Amino acid sequence: MNVSYFPGCTLKNKARDLDRYARQCAQVLGITLEEVENWQCCGGVFTTAKDEVATKLSSVRLLQAAKAKEQPLVTVCSACHNVVKQTNHAMQIDGEFAAKVNRYMADDGEYDGSTQVYHYLELLRDVVGYDTLKDKVTNPLKGKKIAAYYGCLLLRPSSVMSMDDPENPTIMEDMIRALGATPVVYANRNECCGGYVSVESPALAKKNSLAVVEDAKAAGADMIITACPLCRYNLVKNGADIPVVYFTELLAEALGLKEDANE
Amino acid sequence: MQRIGVFVCWCGSNIAGTVDVKAVAEALKAEPGVVFSTDYQYMCSQAGQDMIKESVREHKLTGIVICSCSPRMHEATFRKTAAAAGLNPYMVEIANIREQCSWVHKEMPIGTEKAIILGKAAVAKVNLNTPLTPGESPVTKRALVIGGGIAGIQTALDIADAGFPVDIVEKKPTIGGKMAQLDKTFPTLDCAACILTPKMVDVAQHEKIRIFSYSEVSEVKGFVGNFDVTIKKHARYVKEDVCTGCGACVEKCPMKKVPNEFNLGMDNRPAIYIPFAQAVPKVATIDPNACNMLKNGKCGLCARVCTAGAIDYKQQDEYIQEKYGAIVVATGFNPISMDKFDEFAYNQSKDVITSLEFERLTNAAGPTAGKLLRPSDGKHPHTIVFVQCVGSRCDSCAQKGKEYCSKICCMYTAKHAMLTRDKYPDTEVYVFYIDVRTPGKSFDEFYRRAVEEYDVHYIKGMVGKVTPQGDKLKVQASDLLSNKQLHIDADLVVLAAAIEPDKSARPLATMLTASMDTNDFFTEAHPKLRPVESPTAGVFLSGTCQGPKDIPETVSQAGAAASKVIGLLAKDKLKGNPCVAHSNEQMCNGCSSCERVCPYGAITYEDKEFRMPDRTTAIRRVAAVNPAVCQGCGACTVACPSGAMDLRGFMNEQIMAEVDAICK
Repeated sequence: MNVSYFPGCTLKNKARDLDRYARQCAQVLGITLEEVENWQCCGGVFTTAKDEVATKLSSVRLLQAAKAKEQPLVTVCSACHNVVKQTNHAMQIDGEFAAKVNRYMADDGEYDGSTQVYHYLELLRDVVGYDTLKDKVTNPLKGKKIAAYYGCLLLRPSSVMSMDDPENPTIMEDMIRALGATPVVYANRNECCGGYVSVESPALAKKNSLAVVEDAKAAGADMIITACPLCRYNLVKNGADIPVVYFTELLAEALGLKEDANE
Repeated sequence: MQRIGVFVCWCGSNIAGTVDVKAVAEALKAEPGVVFSTDYQYMCSQAGQDMIKESVREHKLTGIVICSCSPRMHEATFRKTAAAAGLNPYMVEIANIREQCSWVHKEMPIGTEKAIILGKAAVAKVNLNTPLTPGESPVTKRALVIGGGIAGIQTALDIADAGFPVDIVEKKPTIGGKMAQLDKTFPTLDCAACILTPKMVDVAQHEKIRIFSYSEVSEVKGFVGNFDVTIKKHARYVKEDVCTGCGACVEKCPMKKVPNEFNLGMDNRPAIYIPFAQAVPKVATIDPNACNMLKNGKCGLCARVCTAGAIDYKQQDEYIQEKYGAIVVATGFNPISMDKFDEFAYNQSKDVITSLEFERLTNAAGPTAGKLLRPSDGKHPHTIVFVQCVGSRCDSCAQKGKEYCSKICCMYTAKHAMLTRDKYPDTEVYVFYIDVRTPGKSFDEFYRRAVEEYDVHYIKGMVGKVTPQGDKLKVQASDLLSNKQLHIDADLVVLAAAIEPDKSARPLATMLTASMDTNDFFTEAHPKLRPVESPTAGVFLSGTCQGPKDIPETVSQAGAAASKVIGLLAKDKLKGNPCVAHSNEQMCNGCSSCERVCPYGAITYEDKEFRMPDRTTAIRRVAAVNPAVCQGCGACTVACPSGAMDLRGFMNEQIMAEVDAICK
């Protein structure tokens, strides 16, 4: 299956691992990620201000590019995914907003909200299927206790993301299980890491990040996985003393694609 | 040709304020068939009715049009008036010029014009009216009560005391319902078992009451006064009439690790069990999913220890057919699942419990023998946080919880908080609430006592997150009145989970063709004036199956439902509504369209012999309406493609005549 793929800016810099492993794993799982040409930043944050159109245009261009190829659009960064899916939703339900946006779309053609947007995790669960994934695992991660960290952006707002229950999610835990490891469920797995507050109030971000790490450790985790570059940045920077890695890295390890654990 | 009299009511100034009633009476005089037309201040008054009767005699009227309020209000009144004057009551038509005219219009000319048009339509209809006579059907003098909680128990006792036989069908092995699980009851704090179990014994001993426990209703046919019901009695693998309830089998059963539903899984029971000491009927039941003998034939210990010889591993499900005149639904409620509320860590910590679990923890017959101990480590909790409205009044998250107020939680939480402070004064108790809603006799006083005498900390605001950490539960909450974020280290968190109708209610409603609202609560025939009757004739509602209720309210409603049933069963014959559908067999092509849309199951098909034009006979499949079941909704008349279905009193040609009169 061929899909349009949007890595996003961070995955070209700080979060190269998230991107690299996502591509390698997709290949093994029979999915071809076709990177969208000439993509721009997703817009960074989805602002709910109705007259704020400019920051959403890049996302709409992306969605339009995937539509032109009649492919679903796959993202992997939590923040990008959030912006792209919310923009797509706004294009579907808000006629006034859609009309305004389409006035800027002369070069790319009008967009109607019809592109299917997947987070990479959804692709694994709904397209590949966890049973198939389990069969492809060559290096089962037996005995590893892994805490999935969702953060705040991946599942919320749940009516738009429509990916999983925001208070009691299972999508990453089920993946961990498929990879042969043991998921650790802990209360702070869907709380905010501190996000951009780390710029203005590092102490507050530290408090939030450490609450997540401590909670995961107390529940017995020896590793945390996440889909969000900012979450990983905050957790690591604020002194996480267990490994915090991207979920794609764990996936690569189980699929036998990870070259060297310490590279 | 009819001789029609038109009577225009002023309704004081209700109608006359925006409708020129004299002009209406005058205009309608010219309509075909009208021989007399007048107006009067209050047509429903004795003087008004006498005037109608007098006019019928004087002008030899054959039909009457009353221009007044909605037929819902006074149609029955004027039908009686007509009958008293010697007319067929179904020769009366009401033109609603109040609710649908004077009350919605502000200007006299517009109101008057519309009143005249509505009057013309009614006259056009009466011109085509024919006298109708209601049919009669016999009444089976036996009632069925579905559900054996306090609602079903009270209804059954009241009906049986009036002398009518009653059967209770209960899906659990014992009657008693939720009330049997409670510890104390608000606002008087008497023990639930002490006031419930005598009633359960009364039921068991009442010569007019039969209990079908561990049973379900599997099929309902028929109609008011004549229901044919099939009851499925699940195999309990114990002969009910032989078992003495001694409990020897329960003690000896080696399979003791089955979660005990009566204690909400907080302890275990054996595979053969009696739910609780005062169970009615007090007989053992074997859980087929847990019993080794039933699963793989290896055990049989209970049969060996049973001196009465009551164990029967070969018992089969049994189907019982019975006829009933009336059915009472008393299927009750359950707390909603907490799976979608994981912000409260219900699935992560044993020390986050629901209020019903709290009841069991404080009940002397519960898993801790009434001592309030944490489920995780059996230690006494020193800080308890109660969270109200978990899943109730959930408007922004409808897919997660319920939009309605569950009504009972404010009071039971006040009770829990008060009793905790009373028994364990060293325990700090917090209650987080959106609003405290305690209307009801002695209810608000009760809540005030919790706050003022027992120093329970009531905090307006919701809990956002509960995080288990070590042996504490970190509770994050907001105090809306002081605008502060609170952090409480709690030992126990109690969630007042919203309540929802029992899952068995929906399929049952389908069987009974009784309507439900979007929350699966049964709908009453009228929210104010007929609160214990379902819109389906002969089906009555008792307790929380109709909406959230506490015990006093449930018992009142149970009694009210019983009195309605008694009123029905006291009749020997039932008069039906003559405004029912009928099928013109010559035109019917047997397509089943009507049968599919009929919400009451009133239409069946039969093969009938017809004489063809060429003098041969042919068998054709045609629709037949059971007039006792038909409620006259008219859905079939619209669905019928060949125009064979028609509704007496609302014939297609009558409706068309009304439309023509309006559009003229």
